[in-house]
Amino acid sequence: MKRNVPLMVAIIAGYVMILAYFSPYTEGWGEKVMVWFDILAAIAFVLGGGNLLKVHLKKVSDRQAGWAYSVITVVAFLVMLIVGLGKIGVHPHEKYAHMAWSGNFSAIGSPFWWLYEYTFKPLQATIFAMLAFYVASAAFRAFRAKNFEAILLLGTAFIILLGRTAAGPYITGWFPDWIEGLEADKLSTYIMEVFNTAGNRAIMIGIALGTASVSLKILLGVDRSYLGSGEE
Amino acid sequence: MLDFFRNLDRRWIFLLMGLSVAVPILLQWQFPETPSALSQAVFDEVEALNEGDRVLFAFDFDPGSEGELGPMATSWVRHCCEKKLKMYFMSLWPVGQQMITDNIKRVIEADFPHLVYGEDYVNLGYKAGNEGVIKVIISDLRQLYTTDAEGTATDNIPMMEGIDSIKKMDLLVNISAGYPGTKEWVQFAVTRYPDDIRMVAGCTGVQAPLLYPYIPEQLPGLLAAIKGAAEYEKLVMDKYGGENPDAKYFEGKRRMGPQLVAHMLMILLIIVGNIIFFVDRKRGKRS
Repeated sequence: MKRNVPLMVAIIAGYVMILAYFSPYTEGWGEKVMVWFDILAAIAFVLGGGNLLKVHLKKVSDRQAGWAYSVITVVAFLVMLIVGLGKIGVHPHEKYAHMAWSGNFSAIGSPFWWLYEYTFKPLQATIFAMLAFYVASAAFRAFRAKNFEAILLLGTAFIILLGRTAAGPYITGWFPDWIEGLEADKLSTYIMEVFNTAGNRAIMIGIALGTASVSLKILLGVDRSYLGSGEE
Repeated sequence: MLDFFRNLDRRWIFLLMGLSVAVPILLQWQFPETPSALSQAVFDEVEALNEGDRVLFAFDFDPGSEGELGPMATSWVRHCCEKKLKMYFMSLWPVGQQMITDNIKRVIEADFPHLVYGEDYVNLGYKAGNEGVIKVIISDLRQLYTTDAEGTATDNIPMMEGIDSIKKMDLLVNISAGYPGTKEWVQFAVTRYPDDIRMVAGCTGVQAPLLYPYIPEQLPGLLAAIKGAAEYEKLVMDKYGGENPDAKYFEGKRRMGPQLVAHMLMILLIIVGNIIFFVDRKRGKRS
């Protein structure tokens, strides 16, 4: 029961989507399935929140390595949740002044907005910005012209790095007309439009074939890995 | 000397990278930008629209990628305001809602206060479901969007009248930092209805190579990362900038300064690393 019902739901939804794609008479069925999918996706947030609490509270209670980070995660999660859901500090909407909860939870000046603006936003931007430091360090230590393929990769990286800034036209802009195409910005555009596009199309075709084969296995009930191991 | 570089503590690299980003920002180094064909195509797509045409903005990004995508979002909204287009904002990313609010405040409310919410622009907000949302709203927008982000019923919003699907939009503008984003909009909206939906996009640098296969049929124009933003910004401000335009409309150009110096540092580090590699290899062969 625990495995058969989800299996049937997945198989029926899959066949309905195929029918809906090929037959205009069943298009409405496909829409219904997608609306249900969107509802389930919203409910998945609740499950995700519950799972996050379960995993991190267990880590804290077992005093596993790095449990202090789990405490921070749980506290941050609960603070955002309570402040947002409870609309703490939010003024009522001007149209519905008599209703205490009618204001927008993320209105400017509200505690939720403050948390977002001064904690979440800078923290996320910082994490993303740190990439530049690690990429630079990795490039210095690992980007070596060890063989022909590595030389090709290195050459392409140089051209793209130059071509994506004003330095490219500045350094190579003096090239005479007959080798104009070798200017860094033009060459980087050529690499992106020709070599990159060809390579990516090949990968995309491969992925599409793989997706079709996995989908078929799911529809036929052969692949049940998405149901999990069944163990708690 | 060579030994110093061979055993270079990575904190020196971090320091150099920090300086290469901070110095151009503090000294406000700016460099000229020449619009590429793709940025020109994006500009032309918006220019081809007439007053009152509908544009759907899908802001599928978050604060982590705001550095790359924020300036193009600002320029796009400004361009549409100048063209007097009807703007519909939505997002497939939970924090995209805040990105929409930021742009409405920074551009529309600050510089185009005569535009009326619900008549000239509307914020439909975030919906969970990734590509599932796209699949529904291409045929029935009202099934998912019964209200806007503020909770006002869409039936009571004047500019939503007659809008039952996103096929009614004259242009779709997607700003994407990953999944779900431009790829999903192309696959589930544009590819399915190529005659009804026309789309241009802006994306992060790492995403751009993955989107080139869709150019130009499914994606007539693409703004790739901060360079794309700086190019588009130039096109928009050259035509609509007027006298003393606000500095926020030149953010892309401003952010290209640190990018240039950081790229140069990367090239230098790779060259130094390879010199060490070749010297060591030569010494190894000799010994």
